[in-house]
Amino acid sequence: MILNNWSVRIGGSALIVLLLIALAAPWLGTVDPSLFDAGSRDLLPGKSGEISTLEGERLKHTFLMGSDSLGRDIYSRVLYGTRVSLLVGLLCALAALSVGILCGLLSGYLRWLDGILMRFMDGIMAIPAILVAISLVAIWRGSLTTVVVAIAIPEIPRVTRLVRSLVLSIREEPYVEAAISLGTPTWKILFGHILPNCVAPLIVQGTYICAFSILVEAILSFLGVGLPPEIPTWGSVMAEGRAQFNDYPHNIFFPGVFLAATVLAVNILGDGLRDTLDPKMAKKV
Amino acid sequence: MLNFVLRRLLATIPVLVIVAVLVFMILRLAPGDPAAILAGDAASTEQIARIRTELGLDRPIVVQFGIWVGNMLSGDLGESFYYKMKVAKLIGQRLEPTLALATLTIVFAVLVSVPLGVIAAWRFGGWFDRALMGFSVLGFSVPVFVLAYILIYLVSLKMGLLPVQGYQRIGDGFWPFLRHLILPSVTLSVIYIALIARVTRASVLEALGEDYIRTARAKGLPEFRVLVRHGLANAAVPIVTVIGIGIALLIGGVVVTESVYAIPGLGRLTVDAVLARDFPTIQGVILFFSFAYVLLNLLIDLSYVFLDPRIRY
Repeated sequence: MILNNWSVRIGGSALIVLLLIALAAPWLGTVDPSLFDAGSRDLLPGKSGEISTLEGERLKHTFLMGSDSLGRDIYSRVLYGTRVSLLVGLLCALAALSVGILCGLLSGYLRWLDGILMRFMDGIMAIPAILVAISLVAIWRGSLTTVVVAIAIPEIPRVTRLVRSLVLSIREEPYVEAAISLGTPTWKILFGHILPNCVAPLIVQGTYICAFSILVEAILSFLGVGLPPEIPTWGSVMAEGRAQFNDYPHNIFFPGVFLAATVLAVNILGDGLRDTLDPKMAKKV
Repeated sequence: MLNFVLRRLLATIPVLVIVAVLVFMILRLAPGDPAAILAGDAASTEQIARIRTELGLDRPIVVQFGIWVGNMLSGDLGESFYYKMKVAKLIGQRLEPTLALATLTIVFAVLVSVPLGVIAAWRFGGWFDRALMGFSVLGFSVPVFVLAYILIYLVSLKMGLLPVQGYQRIGDGFWPFLRHLILPSVTLSVIYIALIARVTRASVLEALGEDYIRTARAKGLPEFRVLVRHGLANAAVPIVTVIGIGIALLIGGVVVTESVYAIPGLGRLTVDAVLARDFPTIQGVILFFSFAYVLLNLLIDLSYVFLDPRIRY
């Protein structure tokens, strides 16, 4: 059973905690992450200060993780940043999986398409993923959709290759031959007989894509080519903290810890799922 | 052998062509007039018109691609409006730091990860093996810039051992050059070490299960020789393969590492070009990195002949 695996338990529960933090962010003692106050600039973690609301009212606030050079609350920005990271990771994995599954099924089953499609995928894989992502964001300018698409595209070839290789071995199975000889339409064979047998390795692959996408999103935001600046993300909080890193390392420390912990949790979950769902692959790695 | 080299070279061509098509398409995917984008925001109408005729942008897209590939093949990657110089020359200027950083990283990573992987396979299931596997998951998870700041904070700011950032040309003396590259290389190598150590462990583990290992032990060879001469040597092909594949990760890491450590190399150039929306430079750099990646992997494929005498082409 999946839940007996310790990696799944640890990774999964850490992710549930992060998900709860993301959902409950407004009720965890945070303020609106875009609020700032000139009087509360560069506070150290745990210091109290004031923060002005949009209505101009000044509230007492404890800056658990300190404040940045504009006087914004890092704790609030980091907690709200959890939402962005988890969302981007999930959406990228879903996008890469769905397009990759489609391409892989077609490539593995329709011989005439295989050559062209796989050469095309080889071409995408020859360009390092981060370069694909940053150049696409440069073209389209950063928004949630463009960032997700830009991060998902370089992951598609890997899914395609995986699905294709699975299809190539599954299509030789007697039950597929039986379905073909019964005159089952191709789409029904692909989605009804072949795809269900690919699910386990795909879930594992999906978690790795999710972890990598969270990292790439943070890198894009950190380099200043990610989501628009009004959305607080871990990468952008760190980018804004760069200038004062010597004096106020907490600007980079807290979002960095959240980021590393999240990616670690997803990776551990992925390893656990691999060991339980896909023992053949587990032996290889 | 020559036959194989030729065949392998020919097989690379379609990949390079597709990369070229994809990079060519980057500009066509951008909203707006490609000529205006290439000329930059500050360009005059005449400049835009000149670029349009030069690149044949008023002609069918196939002709445009032909002109573009022709220019590439003659070494003309276009002109950067941001840096006001030829992209090829710009890449040449920025090549040294990136090459130095990448080489140092690969050498360091291989020297560290291969012995670690061999020891883990030797003591499979023991505490060292588990620790290494744990480290490897951690290495994949800690973002390269977070690691960079942790190292800067501890090594440079707290202990004052190494410079915080910057780059010294190798021509200005070897020691200052090396001092500036130690932290960036260590930072960049962590994910690479994690990757190579994992694969080394797995493939040495597989080799150690073979009969010839038992024979080697039975005839009384020292354990070290069994591990290296019989275990590692037979595990070489997958290890070298993953070093090649990992170069893609390395290139991604270079972009980030050079930004954090203020190294004026190609990675830094990529980020600056993207921020300035300097498309000729973006295209040139991506083309350069991808071709380098494909060609390095071609070399690695060819090296199998030397690593494994059973492979004959």
